[in-house]
Amino acid sequence: MHKKTAFSFPDEVLEHVFSFIQSDKDRNSVSMVCKSWYEIERWCRRKVFVGNCYAVSPRMVIKRFPEIRSIELKGKPHFADFNLVPDGWGGYVFPWIVEMAGAVPWLEEIKLKRMVVTDESLELIAKSFKNFKALVLSSCEGFSTDGLAAIAASCKNLKELDLRDCDVDDLSGHLLSHFPDTYTSLVSLNISCLGSDEVSFSTLERLVCRCTNLRTLRLNRAVPLDKIANILRRAPQLVDFGTGTYAADLRPDSYSDLAGAFSSCKELRSLSGFWDVVPDYLPAIYPVCSKLTSLNLSYATIQSPELIKLVSHCPNLQRLLVLDYIEDSGLEVLASSCKNLQELRVFPSDPFGVEPNVSLTEQGLVAVSSGCPKLQSVLYFCRRMSNEALVTVAKNCPNFTRFRLCIIEPRTADYQTLEPLDVGFGAIVQYCKDLQRLSLSGLLTDRVFEYIGTYAKKLEMLSVAFAGDSDLGLHHVLSGCESLRKLEIRDCPFGDKALLANAAKLETMRSLWMSSCAVSFRACKLLGQKMPRLNVEVIDERGPPDSRPESCPVDKLYIYRTVAGSRFDMPPFVWTMEDDPSLQLS
Amino acid sequence: MEKSYDDTNTEKSGLRLKDTELRLGLPGSESPEREEHDQNVLSLKSFVSGAKRGFSDALDGGGKWVFSGGSGGGSEGLFSPRRGGNNNGGNDLSGSDSGLGGPVLKDGVAPKPLVVQEKKSQVAAGNGNTAPASKAQVVGWPPIRSFRKNTMASHPPKNDNDDDNAEAKFGSGCLYVKVSMDGAPYLRKVDLKIYGGYKELSSALEKMFSCFTIGQCGSHGVSSRDVLSESRLIDLLHGSEYVLTYEDKDGDWMLVGDVPWEMFTNCCKRLRIMKSTEAIGLAPRAMEKCKTRT
Repeated sequence: MHKKTAFSFPDEVLEHVFSFIQSDKDRNSVSMVCKSWYEIERWCRRKVFVGNCYAVSPRMVIKRFPEIRSIELKGKPHFADFNLVPDGWGGYVFPWIVEMAGAVPWLEEIKLKRMVVTDESLELIAKSFKNFKALVLSSCEGFSTDGLAAIAASCKNLKELDLRDCDVDDLSGHLLSHFPDTYTSLVSLNISCLGSDEVSFSTLERLVCRCTNLRTLRLNRAVPLDKIANILRRAPQLVDFGTGTYAADLRPDSYSDLAGAFSSCKELRSLSGFWDVVPDYLPAIYPVCSKLTSLNLSYATIQSPELIKLVSHCPNLQRLLVLDYIEDSGLEVLASSCKNLQELRVFPSDPFGVEPNVSLTEQGLVAVSSGCPKLQSVLYFCRRMSNEALVTVAKNCPNFTRFRLCIIEPRTADYQTLEPLDVGFGAIVQYCKDLQRLSLSGLLTDRVFEYIGTYAKKLEMLSVAFAGDSDLGLHHVLSGCESLRKLEIRDCPFGDKALLANAAKLETMRSLWMSSCAVSFRACKLLGQKMPRLNVEVIDERGPPDSRPESCPVDKLYIYRTVAGSRFDMPPFVWTMEDDPSLQLS
Repeated sequence: MEKSYDDTNTEKSGLRLKDTELRLGLPGSESPEREEHDQNVLSLKSFVSGAKRGFSDALDGGGKWVFSGGSGGGSEGLFSPRRGGNNNGGNDLSGSDSGLGGPVLKDGVAPKPLVVQEKKSQVAAGNGNTAPASKAQVVGWPPIRSFRKNTMASHPPKNDNDDDNAEAKFGSGCLYVKVSMDGAPYLRKVDLKIYGGYKELSSALEKMFSCFTIGQCGSHGVSSRDVLSESRLIDLLHGSEYVLTYEDKDGDWMLVGDVPWEMFTNCCKRLRIMKSTEAIGLAPRAMEKCKTRT
C-alpha cells in the first residue's frame, strides 16, 4: 500500500536544514537515513575530509560530492615526521588536483598534510579554481617558491596562504612581490618555514598596508627585528603574529619603537617565531601579554629567568610551546600564573646530549598538572619519570584529551623504583576517561597494554616505541581499544599472532604502522590475501621480501583500509600484498 | 597464556592459524625464531642501554633471520650483508675519528645494524680518543620533527657558558641533505652525520639509487638478484656515467671528494648525482674555497 506521508519536505527545505550540520560524522549519519536523504545530502556537502589519501580515489569522492568547496587530505603516515618513511613512498596530491580541476571548478579551499606537492600541482591550482581562497600546507614537501608565486599571482580572492613546517625549495623568487598591487583580500599569511628567502620589506609593508583584513601574519627568520615595528604599525588589527629573528643590537630608540608598535596591536592574542632571541628585547611584548592566549617560544633559546618573567605577564595564556630551558622552576611559575592553560608542549633543547643540560624533570609536569585545572593537552620531553608522578598527574588532570610523554632515553625505568612505568601510564588511561591521543615511552611491559586495552575506551591514536614483551601487548590494544583509529608502533617485539588474530579490527581503523617489529612476510601476505579491503604495504629497502625466507620479519609495515584498491604510485621498495592469490610474489 | 588467547580469539576473528600452519620459524626449524627473537631483543636492549657489545654479537643471534637471502642493501644503504668482507671495513677512519665532535654512533635496531659505525667506535676507543659528545642515536628518536631539528641544528643555541659545545648540541643531531639524481623520479634525503667518510656515503648512495640506473626495478617480475647485484652496481656507477656533486653554502656546485670529510659535511647543502657529461667544468677548487672561508 502506497502511503504518502504528510511529512515529505521539498528537497530545498531539507538542504537548508542540512546546511546547519557541519560535522562530518553527523553528515554521514544524515546520509544513511534513506536514499533520498543520501542524494540530497551529497549534493549539498561542501567540505570533505580524507584522513588517508589512499583510502579512496579522487574520482570516487568527486562522484559522490560534486559540489564541494573544501577538501582536506592527509598523506604520509605520522612517523614520516621522524624520517621513518623513506622518501618516495607516496602521498602525491597531483592526481587529486587533476580530478578536481576538471570536475570541481568552484573549489575554494585545499588543506594538505604530509603530502608531496609539486610546483606543477600549485600551478594547476592557480589556473583551475577561479574562486580559490585558502591553501593550507602542513608538513608538505616537493614544491618551491615558484609554485607559490603562481598562487600569489593568480588567485585574486586568496584569503589564506598557510605553510606550516613545510620543506620548501627556496628559489629566492621574492614570493610576496607576486601578489598584484590590486590584491587586498589576504587574511592569513604564514611563511615561517621559508628558509632564507630574502623578503623585500617594502613589498611586505605595502602588502600589509593594503590588506586591511589581515589577521594572521607569521614571518620567517629572514625578517629582522628592526622591521617588525613598521609592519605592526601598519597592521594594528593583527590577532596572530609570528616574528622573524628576534635579535638586534640593543638600541633604546629601536626598543621603544618596537614596544610602541606592539602596544598599538590591541587585538593581538597569539605570538610565535622568536628565533635567536635577545632577551633584552623581550619586554617589548609585555604590553600585549595580558591578553595573549597562545605563545610559541619553542624556538626561543632563552633561559629560565627570562621565561619566568615573560610567562608571569600572561595570565590568560591557554597554549604554551616552550623549550625545556623553562625548567621545573619555570613550570612552577607557569602553574601559579596561568590558570587557564589548556595546552603545554615542552621541547628538548639538547635531545642528543648524553647528560641533561637543564633541570627539567617530572616535577615540572606535576606542578603544571596541579596548578592548571583546565589542562587538556600535553607534549612533554624529559629525561626521567616515575610512576608516582604519573599517577599524580593523572589524578590531577582527569580531563586530558592528549597526553604525549617522551622520555628521551628508550626504555628508561621509573627512576625511583627502577620498575617499569606500566602503573603510571595505567593511571593515565584509567583516570583520563576522555583520552583521545596517547604516546608512550620509558620502560614498559605487556602490562601497560593491558591497562590501555581495559581503560582507554575513547583512545583514537596510540604511539608506541621500544615497549612491550610479546604479542600479548599488541593483542590487548587491538582487542580492547574500541575507538582506536591510528596505531603506530616501532621497535617492539610484536609479531604475527596478535596481528592475525585481530585482523578484522584493522578494517575499523584508519591505519596501522609497524616498523622494526617482528611481523613476518608470510603474515603480511596472509593478511593481504584475507582482507581485500585493506592495503597491506611492506616497505623494505633491503630488497624484495621474497628474496628472504617468508618467516623473516619485514622492515616496515603500513596497513590501511581502503575502498580504492592497491595504489599504482609505489616506489620500488614498497610492495602491496595482493588479494588475488595468483598474484602472490612467491 | 599466549595459547589461550590464540584459541579463543583466532576462532572469533575467523582466522585459523592452525589451518594456515603459520609457524614463526625458519624453514626446517622447530620454532627457534622465538628464541632468536628474544635474543635479538635482549641484544637490542643491552645495546640501547649503552653496553658496548660488538655488533657481531647482535648479528650472530639475529643475523640468520635478517640477512639470509643475501644481497639486499640495508636501510639507507648502511649495512652490508658480507660482514667479513665489508668493503667499508676499516678504511674509513681517516678524518672521522680525529676528535672533531667525535664519531656519531648509531644505535642498533635489530634488522639494520651498522657494522661499520660500531667498528669505528671500537677502534676509536682503542686509540684512546675521548668518548663522543653525543650519544648513540636511533633513527627517528627522540621523535622530533625534521623541521625543528633542521632549524635548531642550523643555528645552534648560543649559550653564555659553553660556546664550544653549542655546535655539539643540536648540531650533532643530524644533518639531512637532499640527494637528487638526474633522471630519478624523486629525491632522497640522507643524514650526513651517520657516515664516517666518502666511501660510506658513496656506497650508501649507490644502493639507494641503484634501482634507477638498472632500469626495470620495482616491477614485481624482476628477480632481486638482477636488481641488486652488487658487482653490476659498482661497475655502472664507478664507470664514468655518473659523478657525485654537491652544492655548498655559497651555492656553487663542486665535485665531492676533494676536501676532508668534516669540512665537506659543514659545507654541503645538497647532493646531486650528475651525468658525467654535464659535470665538465666543475673544477675541484673546493679545497681552495674552503680554506679561504674557514
